[in-house]
Amino acid sequence: MRLARYIGYRLVTALPVIFGIIVLNFLLIHLAPGDAASVLAGESGAATPEYMEELRHKFGLDQSLGMQFLTYVSNMAHFNLGYSYRNDADVSGLILERLGPTSLLMLTAFGTALALGIILGLLAATGRNSWRDNIISVISLVAYATPGFWLGLMMIVIFSIGLGWLPTSGFDTVGSGHQGWAEVWDIGRHLVMPAVSLALFYLALYARLMRASILEQTGMDYVTTARAKGQTERRIITGHVLRNALLPVVTLAGVQAGNLIGGSIVVETVFGWPGIGTLAFNALQSRDLNLLLAIFFISACLVVIINLAVDVIYVLLDPRMEI
Amino acid sequence: MSETVLELEKLTIALPPGADRANAVSDVDLVLRAGKVTCLIGESGSGKSLVARSILGLLPRPHVRVGSGRILFEGQDLAVAPQNNMRVIRGAKIGMIFQEPMTALNPLHTIGRQLDEVLRIHTQLGKTARRARVLELIDSVHLPEPGRIIRSYPHQLSGGQRQRAMIAMALLLSPRLLIADEPTTALDVTTQAQILYLIRELQREHRTSVLFITHDFGVVADIADEVAVLQRGTLVERGTAAAVLGAPGHPYTRALIAAMPKLVPPPARPANVQPFIVEARDIAKTYGTRSMFGGRVTPALAGVTIELRRGETLGVVGESGSGKSTLARAVTRLLPIDSGEILLDGADIAQLSRRQLRPIRKRVQMVFQDPYASLDPRQRIIDIIAEGPVIHGTLPAKAREEAQTLLGLVGLDPSAAQRFPHEFSGGQRQRIGIARALALHPEVLIADEPVSALDVSVQAQILALLADIKARLHLSMLFVTHDLRVALQVCDRIAVMKHGEVVEVAPTNDIFFNPQHAYTKALFMAVPGGTWQDRQDWKAPPERIGRKP
Repeated sequence: MRLARYIGYRLVTALPVIFGIIVLNFLLIHLAPGDAASVLAGESGAATPEYMEELRHKFGLDQSLGMQFLTYVSNMAHFNLGYSYRNDADVSGLILERLGPTSLLMLTAFGTALALGIILGLLAATGRNSWRDNIISVISLVAYATPGFWLGLMMIVIFSIGLGWLPTSGFDTVGSGHQGWAEVWDIGRHLVMPAVSLALFYLALYARLMRASILEQTGMDYVTTARAKGQTERRIITGHVLRNALLPVVTLAGVQAGNLIGGSIVVETVFGWPGIGTLAFNALQSRDLNLLLAIFFISACLVVIINLAVDVIYVLLDPRMEI
Repeated sequence: MSETVLELEKLTIALPPGADRANAVSDVDLVLRAGKVTCLIGESGSGKSLVARSILGLLPRPHVRVGSGRILFEGQDLAVAPQNNMRVIRGAKIGMIFQEPMTALNPLHTIGRQLDEVLRIHTQLGKTARRARVLELIDSVHLPEPGRIIRSYPHQLSGGQRQRAMIAMALLLSPRLLIADEPTTALDVTTQAQILYLIRELQREHRTSVLFITHDFGVVADIADEVAVLQRGTLVERGTAAAVLGAPGHPYTRALIAAMPKLVPPPARPANVQPFIVEARDIAKTYGTRSMFGGRVTPALAGVTIELRRGETLGVVGESGSGKSTLARAVTRLLPIDSGEILLDGADIAQLSRRQLRPIRKRVQMVFQDPYASLDPRQRIIDIIAEGPVIHGTLPAKAREEAQTLLGLVGLDPSAAQRFPHEFSGGQRQRIGIARALALHPEVLIADEPVSALDVSVQAQILALLADIKARLHLSMLFVTHDLRVALQVCDRIAVMKHGEVVEVAPTNDIFFNPQHAYTKALFMAVPGGTWQDRQDWKAPPERIGRKP
């Protein structure tokens, strides 16, 4: 009940943030030199001033800045994200179509990084200074220092071109007409390399953080208390230390979840993954302002939502959080 | 003589190479008997806590380990017992409680779950039986509403309640031995008295043997049947409480007892009729924020008025959360206040801006509680002391010269100037802290618990230094403390604070002989060992146990 009220409170306080993003977006459009009409006119090669006027009128660019702002806000409030002249399609349609693949990639990468990072950190910490710890430390150091795109390219060279195990790029095999589990398998095979190259950096980070966090927690007084109760070492780790050690990892993961969207642009481009990232990249290259702003807006909203989710998880993990 | 429960035979605990000494403790012989409380007393670094931990095999291995000697318990030598045997003993036959109940409990588990864990480990009892036993123990440590307590998380209870829960946890399986490692040190004095009484009460009921680790002779006087005194790893004296406290044989024991401030009325001093130098008028301060969704607001000062005369030492005494430290920080303007006036020599400084405060700052200086945290670890001592005067426009060369003189004044060697804070002991660091405060030639010194973090022998030296400096430099001092013994020794007048209010202010003599407020009386009652040093009718426990707080 209190949790529901807290979520409600957080959603209400998120509204000003989202409004702020809309204002910022609007200002960005108008700070950029020229407007949509001049871009279009420029690309068509030649345009008469009359034609420009007509375009401006059509897009409502001849109205006052205040009116344009109101129109923009009202469009946003109706989830009308505008029209992409470049792709000749509704922006919302374009984004919706790409949101699925991007979410799949992000969630897979993030889930893998978090789960494996925690497990590796746990293994390293419980076998402190053993060969297990050393191997994990070296692997995470290498993974930490390797740029994702380079890793992606190398994996393509080895696993696709060299060994032929995995497809080089794309979301699924075009024209294969797979259905049901065959389709899932096909997408899964395409997903492996992009997810790994996106996840590896975060995996290394979480493994190191989790190791340090567990080692810190094992020095705490309550661990001594548990030992003084006669609890076994294994149970002390699983029953007491683990949950306490997770708290800093969750905090960091929450901050970084937003970064993943940025990271996915590079990886999606390398692997030709049809997600928001490639869409943003193309929009940027072709100065498709409407589309770009809509992507900003959607990413910002995603970050707000992810932050809320992380805070809720934190409240569930730590009874000391006051809500 | 009652039966022996545990016996330490020539116990030696080895420290890792490179430590300040080879062994934490050497050749300790100690016998713990059923139904008796044995106090192991020593200053910090004496090795007393390691002795307690070695019994349960909880030494921070592999660095610290039992070097030689035996720990005999029920026919077993615990020093060499395998971990599996130890696990059967821990929690079931020997229980342990710790100094800080907040950190000794897992913050993420309910109290009920943490108690239940002991029963799950050691018994085959079903869920209902376990719950019944947990509730029974929670009730026996006099926690209110056991049903609510077992659903609570540690942070939802007060310090005293948490320690009661710890005691319940340690006693769940009626162990033969209870090890208590400074169990009341982190608690307020009135809570401490209650916890001591509780341990006494339960221990007599169950004929439990108790090993009670402490640094406080007052506590020893309140609870011990037998006393063992540890000095830097060597047991220098042991015997019955009456013998050790009444007629200490070893010079170290005598020195420790002598260093304790006495709970005696100070010599009557002539009334100070100098003008006020600091006046705080009706100052209020709340922590926390009010927002449109509620939020939590904690009043720290609820309209406090205090007056400090020139040349006077005014004690501010109270328990944690009484607002005494907030008051100290408020009058130095280190903390903004919500309302009220702070007059320094008649001029209101409560509303001055940061810039306007600059010249005022050097007139009021502060000595902090924690000599470890209050000195910049990367600065040399000479720079720490000279920094203030340099900020206020003294030429660096001259400031350093004065800093050298100050080192002598606070009793430090001139060679200290070029060293760093970590090279000094706690007492020496507090001397540096005092020198730093004096460097600005303040008129008023605010001392916030300046001796609470120090051992009792060092404490006596610092108090003497403060008194000496105050007299020599004609300072006025606001002395914040939780310790009535210390307050009686150094203060001309004492203000007693509770819940952000001053409940009583009076000259020290009057407060001692004729406390007006019920809370002041309770504070005096709760001082550990209060009746021991000073009144003729002191008797060793258990006769004295009737004094229920």
